[in-house]
Amino acid sequence: MWRYLLPGAVFALLVAVFAVGLFRDPGYVPSPLIGKPAPEFSLPRLDDPQTTLQRSDLLGKVSLVNVWATWCTGCRQEHDTLLVLARDGGVPIFGINWKDDVIKARQWLQQLGNPYAAVGVDEEGSTAIDWGVYGAPETFLIGPDGTVLYKHIAPMTLAVWREEFMPRIAAAQSGSKR
Amino acid sequence: MRYISCLAAALLFLAALPSRAIAPEEALADPAQQAAYEHLTNEVRCLVCQNQTIADSTAPLAVDLRREIRQMLQEGRSEDEIKVFLLERYGDFVLYRPRWQTNTALLWLAPVLLLLIGGTALWRIVQRRTDLPIPSDDGDPPSSPS
Repeated sequence: MWRYLLPGAVFALLVAVFAVGLFRDPGYVPSPLIGKPAPEFSLPRLDDPQTTLQRSDLLGKVSLVNVWATWCTGCRQEHDTLLVLARDGGVPIFGINWKDDVIKARQWLQQLGNPYAAVGVDEEGSTAIDWGVYGAPETFLIGPDGTVLYKHIAPMTLAVWREEFMPRIAAAQSGSKR
Repeated sequence: MRYISCLAAALLFLAALPSRAIAPEEALADPAQQAAYEHLTNEVRCLVCQNQTIADSTAPLAVDLRREIRQMLQEGRSEDEIKVFLLERYGDFVLYRPRWQTNTALLWLAPVLLLLIGGTALWRIVQRRTDLPIPSDDGDPPSSPS
């Protein structure tokens, strides 16, 4: 009896393990930053390099930090969604322009519209490393106290916004008012 | 003729050996730091191209990470500190050899466990076979002595 049952059971177990593995996305690497304070940064602003965008600018309200670049096709894909969110989302979007050409980045915002409250320029990519960025576009949700609440790695869509961001924003806003 | 082609293949193989992808940057002045740099960059996964180390990869992120690691080494930070720096930002997956933790224990123990299971199975099969009657030379089982 065992002679037939045991190999069958081992086979079924392997099939189950491989099936789970097949449907996981190996490109998705969970961020260890979630639940931790957002990393310090200070970057020259895209519109005015004399001034900076820094961590303290994010504090006091729920905000998004979106890592983008003009060489990134996913960023082009999500741009219209970001414009909608900037208008109706109710939270400011801060941009980190990652390893990009400043002139192209300015053109991009002029031509496509600017969803950002402010954009910091990370030409060297050091700030991106501090934030654990490995593939643009990435969007972080930051709480009023500067905690990283969530990170989305892929173009932003309204479905993701509704399912992942809105509940967390509501929770963070009700928590901060108390 | 065959020997010549074998020899040629062996030579080609030998010639390919030293061509490890070392980062094209200049070597660090301190040989110990350079050794640490080479060691580290071969242990760190490039998250853009996940089956390459950052020493192997030409992805912009790998270039940036190599630069950061060089800077940190020059500032006198230890290999371990740099690993912690990377783990805090990119998580366990960034190290090709993940640390010993509760969630990596199974990964590290799996080879030993599989060897034990296989060994036990093999031992039991061999045991069972030794209990069988020895077949005679013509391959037939020995006839019962009746």
